Amino acid sequence: MAIFNLTINGEKHQVDVAPETPMLWVLRDHVKLVGTKFGCGIGQCGACTIHLDGVAARSCSMPISGVADQKITTIEGLSKKADHPLQEAWIEHDVPQCGYCQAGQIMNAASLLESNPNPTDAEIDAAMNGNICRCGTYVRIKAAIKTAAAKMS
Amino acid sequence: MTLIRTTYNRRSFLKASTAAGGGMVLGFSWLASCTPTEAEIKSMPEAWFDINAFLKIGDNGIVTIMSPNPEIGQNVKTSMPMIIAEELDVSWDDVIVEQAPLDTQKYKRQLAGGSQSIRQGWQSLRMAGATARRMLLEAAAKQWEVSVDELTTSEGVIKHEASGQSIGYGEVASAAAGLEVPEEVPLKDPKDFKIIGTDRKNVDGPKIVTGEPLFGIDVQEEGMLIAMIEHPPAFGMKMKSLDASAAKGMPGIKDVITVNTAVEDRQWSDTNAFTELVAVVGNTTWEVMQAKKALKIEWETDTAAESTDGHDKELDRLLGQATKKAARKDGNPDAAFKNAAQVIERTYAAPFLAHNTMEPMNFFANVKEDSAELLGPIQTPEFLSKSVSSILGIDEEKIAIGMTRMGGGFGRRLYGHFGVEAAVISQKVKAPVKLVYTREDDMTQGTYRPDYKVTYRAALDADNNLIGFHIRGAGTNGSPVFANRYPAGAVENYLVENHNKESNISTGAWRAPRSNFIAFAEQSFLDEVAEAAGKDPIEFRLELFDKAADKPVGERNDYDAARYAGVLKLVKEKSGWGKETSGVFRGVSAYFCHNSYVAQVVDVVMENNAPKVQKVWCAVDCGIVVNPMAALNQIEGGIVDGIGHAMYSALSFKDGQPEQNNFHTYRLIRHPEAPLSIETHFVDNGIDPTGLGEPSLPPIAAALANAISKATGERLYQQPFITDKAMLG
Repeated sequence: MAIFNLTINGEKHQVDVAPETPMLWVLRDHVKLVGTKFGCGIGQCGACTIHLDGVAARSCSMPISGVADQKITTIEGLSKKADHPLQEAWIEHDVPQCGYCQAGQIMNAASLLESNPNPTDAEIDAAMNGNICRCGTYVRIKAAIKTAAAKMS
Repeated sequence: MTLIRTTYNRRSFLKASTAAGGGMVLGFSWLASCTPTEAEIKSMPEAWFDINAFLKIGDNGIVTIMSPNPEIGQNVKTSMPMIIAEELDVSWDDVIVEQAPLDTQKYKRQLAGGSQSIRQGWQSLRMAGATARRMLLEAAAKQWEVSVDELTTSEGVIKHEASGQSIGYGEVASAAAGLEVPEEVPLKDPKDFKIIGTDRKNVDGPKIVTGEPLFGIDVQEEGMLIAMIEHPPAFGMKMKSLDASAAKGMPGIKDVITVNTAVEDRQWSDTNAFTELVAVVGNTTWEVMQAKKALKIEWETDTAAESTDGHDKELDRLLGQATKKAARKDGNPDAAFKNAAQVIERTYAAPFLAHNTMEPMNFFANVKEDSAELLGPIQTPEFLSKSVSSILGIDEEKIAIGMTRMGGGFGRRLYGHFGVEAAVISQKVKAPVKLVYTREDDMTQGTYRPDYKVTYRAALDADNNLIGFHIRGAGTNGSPVFANRYPAGAVENYLVENHNKESNISTGAWRAPRSNFIAFAEQSFLDEVAEAAGKDPIEFRLELFDKAADKPVGERNDYDAARYAGVLKLVKEKSGWGKETSGVFRGVSAYFCHNSYVAQVVDVVMENNAPKVQKVWCAVDCGIVVNPMAALNQIEGGIVDGIGHAMYSALSFKDGQPEQNNFHTYRLIRHPEAPLSIETHFVDNGIDPTGLGEPSLPPIAAALANAISKATGERLYQQPFITDKAMLG
């Protein structure tokens, strides 16, 4: 066990965990932020996507020891009032079915729009390829990303 | 206006203080732990008045509606309350929705399955709203000393036109709650609907996009431990010995135990191949995962170790044999095939599939000496309650089951062994536990879609009339063939045979059971028969519907030929069927299941030698559409799901062991493979609503296969398609 100091959604947290503990479980079990979801544990589905210094990362395969002083953002901290253009677009397009993968989808899309504010269909496909939606809401996710991109530009 | 008799149990009208589970109060504080918004706080009434089991009204007119059924992503948590709100005649903006816990005395059929929530709930939900409205009217009439017949309602306000008086529901709720339940209440004429038939957004949407706790896996309770199980690595194996000494000494581990989860008084939902399990219990998920890896378990063979190769051979052998008894026989099929000018015979096959809900199986249980609280994702809470009662030896009255939003169902959470496991573990370790499966645990302990094969034969006479039809199906734990579905009823000489292959691999309902495969086979085959007869594939199908409508063969045909033909004609028109575009290849398919009719046309282009779905047109007849925006989402999801599993997904077995255990080896459809667009049209016929969660999935695989065959000149007979042809790989 070891003490780690983290900055999550702008707030300081201290946890005492084994250094190899993935950020996913640090967030869910220790910090009690459960918006970041467990899907596969091997970085294949994207449900656990968070941001490290604003860039999408798979928290299930990211040991806490590798995070160092990078700023962590989770779905709970993406915006203060649920008003990130992607969150608003997700509501506008009524994207979710079961909703379980959507936090990861939104976090991944937010990272995409940060680096590419006006992505083409092919660029959205390529960037979102690692996020599985078992309910099949892909068509709506793409439409919502485009709506958010238009609003942000 | 229709008058219906009210048919509540008396319990439905008891007041809240005594209504919850025989005096037990559900202590699921986390459900209410989400921070209310300022608007929510402002809108909170000072007092609530329970009108019936489905709704309570606040003194300020705010209405809380209980959503009775489990929510798996089919959106019933929005659409079922919409139906109540419609008959109550309130503004949807004044409605708060709450998930009801299991209460068999208050609610009927609290189950998510068979696309039946809306269809079977339709009448009772309308009645709940209409009864409450009637009681509010009676309270107002009493207060004003006028006749109820002189009163009207609109958006939560009662008006008396003659005197110009009006009063809000909140102001008469207290008086209404004390009235006798009327024996008869009027229902709205569907043409007066204001909420049903309009787009209403998912009531959990804001919580989903901000990551609030909603799902079973998010449950956090005071003193809660994490539990994980280890099950045999292969079907047909059981545990021989366990050495847990290393695991027990690992950080955060409380205990390692063996549990027997075999339910004595078994329900149909107790399907589960592995009942003797090792359970690791500890403080945190990661610590328990590590200890699980440190278990030293010897396994031994108990029953046959089955493999996909062996299954293929056995299904082929069955397809080569007649059955002792036909599932259906019309006319003289033997003579028809003997006299045929042309016989077409094709065999279709599909592999096992895992459900792969994105939220792995999990459940919370807190079992005490003589009571138990369970909370989690379950499609069949009523059956789970019985199973848990049986295995714990605790009266059902003392078992409380709460339902969380589910991260997908698709049939997997009909089989609640994970709830039973959580309960047994909690009882044994004497602590509240949340059982969580890893993805690997989840994928390798399934209630899988069975592997199937089916042979279709068609006999055409010299004039290309379909004079004989023969279907012989074989599948693990049951044949995929429905004896009385189309084209039964449209062909004089008709034979259906069903073979069953028993297996120790656990199988169960997977979104649109049996239909999810047989629609592919049937609609691919009819396309080939139409081609052999030199007919347009839509015209050929329509001719058969005409026959089934005019002079149906047999009496047990389970479809309405006119409605079936209706969706095919609609999709023909909307897709502009018949127009050719260079480089674009089209396929069509239609299917009926879960009481609804769906027809689809697919446009495919070839990119880098692989098919890419450009557009799907979909025509749906599911009667009244309660929430069009959400209905479109269900249709689109079913189409994407159907395309994905037809193209890419398979679970295979070697020596009883699943050869895929996570998403690196089990392929699901991803963003780039989804259609570019889906255009859906609903038939507007005012008929009471039917199933919507499943019917759009079955036909799509054949529409896709038929389109691909146009592009490549080769037909597809085996799912998944991606391994069927070199050009797809």
